[in-house]
Amino acid sequence: MTIEFESPKPIAQTQFVLKTVAEEMMRSKSRYFDEHEHEIPWDYIEFMHTAMKTTGGGSLAPKDEKAEADPNKPKRPPIGYQLLAAQIETLAWGDVGMYLVTPGGGLGAAAVQAAASPEQKAKFLARFGGEKPAFAAMCMTEAGAGSDTSAIRTRAVLDEKTNEWVINGEKIFVTAGDKSFNSYEKLDRGFIVVWASIDPSAGRAGMRAFVVESGTPGVKIAKLEHKMGIRVSDTAAISLMDVRVPFDHILGSPTVEKTTTGFKGAMATFDATRPLVAASGLGVARAALEFLKEKLKENGVEIRYGLPRQKLSNIEREVIDMDIMLKSAWLMVLKAVWMADNKKSNALESSMSKVKSGDVTTKITQKAVEIMGPLGYSREFLLEKWFRDAKITDIYEGTGQINRLVVARQILGYSGSELR
Amino acid sequence: MYSFEPNEEQQMLVDAVGKYASTDLRPAAREAEESRELPKKLVGKGWELGVLQASIPDAYGGFGERSAVTGALAAEELAFGDLAGAFAIGAPNLFALPILLAGSEEQKKEYLPKVIEGEWRPYTAALIEYSFDFDPSDLRTTAKFSNNEYCISGEKAFVPFAKDAEALIVYANLDGRTQGFIVTKNAAGLTINNERENLMGLNALPLYRVKLDNVTVSASDRLGGASGHDFEPVLASMRLASAAAALGVARAAFEYSRDYAKEREAFGVKIAQKQAVAFMLAEMRTEIEAMRLLTWEAAWKLDNAKGDAFSEAYLASVGAADMAMMVTDRAVQILGGHGYIREHPVEMWMRNGRGFAMLTGLAMV
Ligand SMILES: Cc1cc2nc3c(=O)[nH]c(=O)nc-3n(C[C@H](O)[C@H](O)[C@H](O)COP(=O)(O)OP(=O)(O)OC[C@H]3O[C@@H](n4cnc5c(N)ncnc54)[C@H](O)[C@@H]3O)c2cc1C
Repeated sequence: MTIEFESPKPIAQTQFVLKTVAEEMMRSKSRYFDEHEHEIPWDYIEFMHTAMKTTGGGSLAPKDEKAEADPNKPKRPPIGYQLLAAQIETLAWGDVGMYLVTPGGGLGAAAVQAAASPEQKAKFLARFGGEKPAFAAMCMTEAGAGSDTSAIRTRAVLDEKTNEWVINGEKIFVTAGDKSFNSYEKLDRGFIVVWASIDPSAGRAGMRAFVVESGTPGVKIAKLEHKMGIRVSDTAAISLMDVRVPFDHILGSPTVEKTTTGFKGAMATFDATRPLVAASGLGVARAALEFLKEKLKENGVEIRYGLPRQKLSNIEREVIDMDIMLKSAWLMVLKAVWMADNKKSNALESSMSKVKSGDVTTKITQKAVEIMGPLGYSREFLLEKWFRDAKITDIYEGTGQINRLVVARQILGYSGSELR
Repeated sequence: MYSFEPNEEQQMLVDAVGKYASTDLRPAAREAEESRELPKKLVGKGWELGVLQASIPDAYGGFGERSAVTGALAAEELAFGDLAGAFAIGAPNLFALPILLAGSEEQKKEYLPKVIEGEWRPYTAALIEYSFDFDPSDLRTTAKFSNNEYCISGEKAFVPFAKDAEALIVYANLDGRTQGFIVTKNAAGLTINNERENLMGLNALPLYRVKLDNVTVSASDRLGGASGHDFEPVLASMRLASAAAALGVARAAFEYSRDYAKEREAFGVKIAQKQAVAFMLAEMRTEIEAMRLLTWEAAWKLDNAKGDAFSEAYLASVGAADMAMMVTDRAVQILGGHGYIREHPVEMWMRNGRGFAMLTGLAMV
């Protein structure tokens, strides 16, 4: 090991390629889909599906890296998560809402990756490499259980006669819930991953995730939310009434023992996905900062890097501070995913990167709008949209506060009951 | 590749320097601050760790190669122990590293072995000037060229060990460029204030005001020789040292206040169990990490001659200075009234923490 900041070639290449995608397929459509909520960007979906079949990128779990053909060659260190973070940042730089409509399984597939057996992975994930694009979603949040995931009321009961799980409950705020569950001609069959309790008396230990296939009877997409930003990404409320799924659709152990912690599956998912969500926010922040710098330059405002603060104008100071925030936040994401790639436990780094990105993404977009004045507020430019898109970064995948709690528990050595 | 762990050699250095910082520097810090004096033996022991010696190639009497990354790692550790002590041990860097980075072959041969052989001896540099808008790239001290020599006039502030220094590098404005000049102890026109500087912090470090009244320097003592040198790499090294030291002070304050918060009780629980305190700690830790990575990246870019290394070193120094102020302020806040009392070190770290915004030039890596 050593300390090194050379961007690996595959990362630089993917950034280069995706930048074109971001400009041609995303930026050019950003405004349209912002103003036509719930329309589906089929061109983007189909293009990404085809592209990803050949490159393997885009979904929220890195593809398994191929074994080196020549055993005599030195083994290269794994960079799957690093590559993914860079891809996501670039796509989000294009349009973060549309990035969330990237087929390939999203958070649903990530949950399967983190908690499923090899047979289950084979069964559920194969579709993402198929002819048509497919989606998957993760359903944790409920009206009465957001940050406090232990409060979920959705229940799964085993019907011993048919050996099926019977699920009842109401989920909200499911990203891509519609595309994952409803059937579309242009899409392959998707699935939703539903978190439910198999033993409410056991608290978190009784929580399990279930794969519910698209079209399963009893599941209803109750509504699609209307949002401040990321409008091209559907956010569904889903009701489940006597929904029956086969026994082997449970992820993790079907029995509850004192030692089992079903919730660990969710937590392991978060360790992997938080830096990726952080990366998606930083893409938006970079878009806003680059736009701001470009406009300032057009207007003859130069940023004089290197001067002491006392000699800088307020705008220069703000921009320099934004540079510092953005660069350092990106390095935190890189470190967290580098740890994931190298199988180092990254709960602390993962949540720190999310805390930082949530702050940085909201601050940069908000400041950029402020500095641009009326131009920032106008819908002539995408900056105001990025301001609206950015805010979600500090809310989903654990709010800024929840991630601060995770960081604090880590550095203090506290359990959830010692610091709540 | 990206990689975020020190190599074996660096880790050994970090461990050795860190141990010295915790067991020698830290326990002596308060007494040194109050008595305005660092024990000679203490500084000598720090010098023997060989941080500078290991950055000088053996052609000039050292035993290694300079790496800004390694230097940053060591600087953080030293400052974690005590900032004044770190600056004292590293004072000879201020003289040796500019010569290593920008000096002519003759200058390297003449000065580097002298500085690093044997015991710690006071060598230093004079960059800072006493004005609110002090700018290292636009100095008021001037150098004028005539008759094949340079004539330097102006006033420098906060010069470490100036009273005893055998030689120092004086930075001056030569036709709009900042250039270094090697000035020896007894140069005519060089006067050093008898009174030490009186500052808000860093009281253990002897700092002096230095006047230059038509001090003449031969052309061969211009840093880099007749054609001079680029100031940017020298400045970047100063900025990185400042950023790295800020990390050390901040980490000291973070760890101290974290441990205190786990002991101190209020309303029937440890104060660390209150979110208002726990969230401050989480943010302190996060900001330290953010600025450490930025500092490391800037250092790595400097070592690998990447185009944006200088601007990134600037960003790291500005960001780390802010971070150090934020973190040390919160450390005092977490200790409450006790934090304000000089029995605890956090108030000293808070005074040190403010310094990073204006004290670039007191350290190099
Ligand atoms: C667009 C969008 C997409 C989403 N996608 C998904 C998805 O795909 N799947 C999914 O399962 N969920 C999803 N979510 C849900 C999201 O994860 C939750 O909204 C989020 O976790 C917060 O929960 P909440 O909205 O109930 O807020 P609450 O939990 O009610 O929180 C309200 C406020 O209280 C604070 N707070 C709560 N608990 C604490 C505490 N212990 N200490 C300090 N402060 C606290 C929070 O930080 C927040 O500021 C999505 C949400 C949105 C808006």
